[in-house]
Amino acid sequence: MFEYAPAPESRSIVDIAPSYGLFIDGEMVDPIDGHPFKTVNPATEEVLSEVVAAGPADVDRAVAAARRAYEEVWSRLPGRERGKYLFRIARLVQERSRELAVLETIDNGKPIRESRDVDLPLVAAHFFYHAGWADKLAYAGFGPDPRPLGVAGQVIPWNFPLLMLAWKVAPALATGNTVVLKPAETTPLTALAFADICRQAELPPGVVNIVTGAGDTGRALVEHPGVDKVAFTGSTEVGRQIARSLAGSRKKLTLELGGKAANVVFDDAPLDQAVEGIVNGIFFNQGHVCCAGSRLLVQESIAEELLERLKRRLRTLRLGDPLDKNTDIGAINSQAQLDKIRTLSEIGEQEGAERWSPPCELPERGYWFPPTVFTGVSQAHRIAREEIFGPVLSVLTFRTPAEAVEKANNTPYGLSAGVWTEKGSRILWMAQRLRAGVVWANTFNRFDPTSPFGGYKESGFGREGGRHGLEAYLDV
Amino acid sequence: MSDRLSVRKTYKLFVGGAFPRSESGRSYEVRSADGRFLANAALASRKDARDAVVAARKAFPGWSGATAYNRGQVLYRVAEVLEGRRAQFVAELVDAEGLTPREAERVVDAAVDRWVWYAGWSDKLHQVRGSSNPVAGPYFDFSVPEPTGVVAVVAPASPLLGLVSVVAPVIVTGNTCVVVASERAPLPAITLAEVLATSDVPGGVVNVLTGRVAEIAPWLASHMDVNAIDLTGVGDPELATELEAAAAENLKRVVRPPEDEPDWAADPGLDRMTAFLEIKTVWHPVGT
Repeated sequence: MFEYAPAPESRSIVDIAPSYGLFIDGEMVDPIDGHPFKTVNPATEEVLSEVVAAGPADVDRAVAAARRAYEEVWSRLPGRERGKYLFRIARLVQERSRELAVLETIDNGKPIRESRDVDLPLVAAHFFYHAGWADKLAYAGFGPDPRPLGVAGQVIPWNFPLLMLAWKVAPALATGNTVVLKPAETTPLTALAFADICRQAELPPGVVNIVTGAGDTGRALVEHPGVDKVAFTGSTEVGRQIARSLAGSRKKLTLELGGKAANVVFDDAPLDQAVEGIVNGIFFNQGHVCCAGSRLLVQESIAEELLERLKRRLRTLRLGDPLDKNTDIGAINSQAQLDKIRTLSEIGEQEGAERWSPPCELPERGYWFPPTVFTGVSQAHRIAREEIFGPVLSVLTFRTPAEAVEKANNTPYGLSAGVWTEKGSRILWMAQRLRAGVVWANTFNRFDPTSPFGGYKESGFGREGGRHGLEAYLDV
Repeated sequence: MSDRLSVRKTYKLFVGGAFPRSESGRSYEVRSADGRFLANAALASRKDARDAVVAARKAFPGWSGATAYNRGQVLYRVAEVLEGRRAQFVAELVDAEGLTPREAERVVDAAVDRWVWYAGWSDKLHQVRGSSNPVAGPYFDFSVPEPTGVVAVVAPASPLLGLVSVVAPVIVTGNTCVVVASERAPLPAITLAEVLATSDVPGGVVNVLTGRVAEIAPWLASHMDVNAIDLTGVGDPELATELEAAAAENLKRVVRPPEDEPDWAADPGLDRMTAFLEIKTVWHPVGT
């Protein structure tokens, strides 16, 4: 393998304040009962800034602002005007995309190549797409005059901080709702930068409110009686708790939860392309992807050859400084997540699977985990059943298409799946039988604002994106 | 008054296409609207509920894999057979609800028409609720509705039209179901089961339990092999909250009880079908 000279993206483009307040009613405000906590760069453990863990009174204030904005401004605004605000936001995101990409990489640990080429373009695309819906809702198939729900309480994860914000905020605003959004505890900075975009867009105060914090803040938000709609993306465990806590209420709920996707490779698959797809499926974003292809199901006859090619490819992956433009694998987002990945990987070994990683030097500071492949995995192993949410691939084999379907569906999750074959009829045969909300054929981890995304079974309910995604924010 | 003594019917459960008694051996007295004894209905137990879920799961691959055209034909056949038994249902509704024969006829007619309405949806909903999605890349990207799986249904008080209005939308799309019949007026549900049993509906697609909602529904709400639950017939808000909380364990899709008893004669809309559908998005490559 040849050496690359370092090619770091300059971080001088971002200006991180030493501390941030909460974005409520169009202003950055000090907390009432919240307390400060620090957010760090997971690649260096350097403290980036101090943000607020909003308390119940802060959440209450944000919900009240959102209610006021809903009743007095946003719900009275014609769709065309709402749409123009969203177009403005889309443009502002594009204009500031380099800054936002660098900020995302610093706060999250993901490679700049991904935040620059995947996250930010999709964020802008999401706002553009939904902007156009705002004055066309009567044609969306939900009746002649579909109504918004009111105030949406939205809780998002740390794996795609700004992109998940876009997935939540864009459809909510397009359909006429106002928003109180809680970004993840470990990745608050791009959401706070988005508050500045709202300022530049001159979005009416209270239409978007951002309360930072951890689980307690999220709980206060989703359980707040002034919230009409709850949208959550995160772990299945927390999703369950939210569903339980909303029982008996009239709040509309959508959940986008965990996954344990099967990536199924048939013996007629284009192998080099499949290897790229497997790598993208599980090592994209350090495997911090709810729809990651964490179970590789490979047809027995080609298993040996495929694994050899896969291992050869993994030896060329570059792990390290997320701001380096040549970096493929960035930092694990937090110590807690790193501990979880380590624990499950150790269990994988104890249960008898064979562990392999390419030779790979880990930086001394920060949270790091090498790309890891387990072979000899059985369906009963915990690494084949539980979501690891890290760069860890479990390899299983199959002989017939029916067995592939059986094994792929043998999970309580059902978010995504991949199929690799040159045979179009087999792609569609598999797609019909896989119990998953998204099926990628000869590709993986592709997203588009026009394409509905969401889970079957314990991966949650409701869809995000496309015409279908509007339903989550309409009173239908 | 005829001096012939009538031959009464034994009302049992409907599970997997058969009519078993409750395994518990229990029954409860069902009375007419004016208090006369009508029959002893089976008082279903936890075991009966579980058996019904097993039957529904077993029927799911076949029913969801049947063509939409076939499912539409089967539902239309239900309407035909129900129409043929019109007099029997009129008599049962007069007893159960204290309706006049004229009122009961209107209800039965509406129930027949509802089956016809839903029968026609089987091969149309895909086009209304599916889509092809213009993604920015070389993929044919499409989204299709699919049945969610096994659905538990707590049927509303309206013993025939309400029942048909909650069962038909669940099964027309390929789901299978376990229905808890109206607790107070369960007999039309069992008679409807006789209609289903003779209408080419495969055994297990609809399973009917009679008994206490508060006893049976919690087992269905917490059952890990049930994918969704319709709480329309749960009158007690506290019980509804408990059931919804139990359903969270495996993230069931939940239809909450309505704030007021729905007008079952009104246009049903699509909601009861779409509540039990999943949207699957497929990215198919395009290339030479």
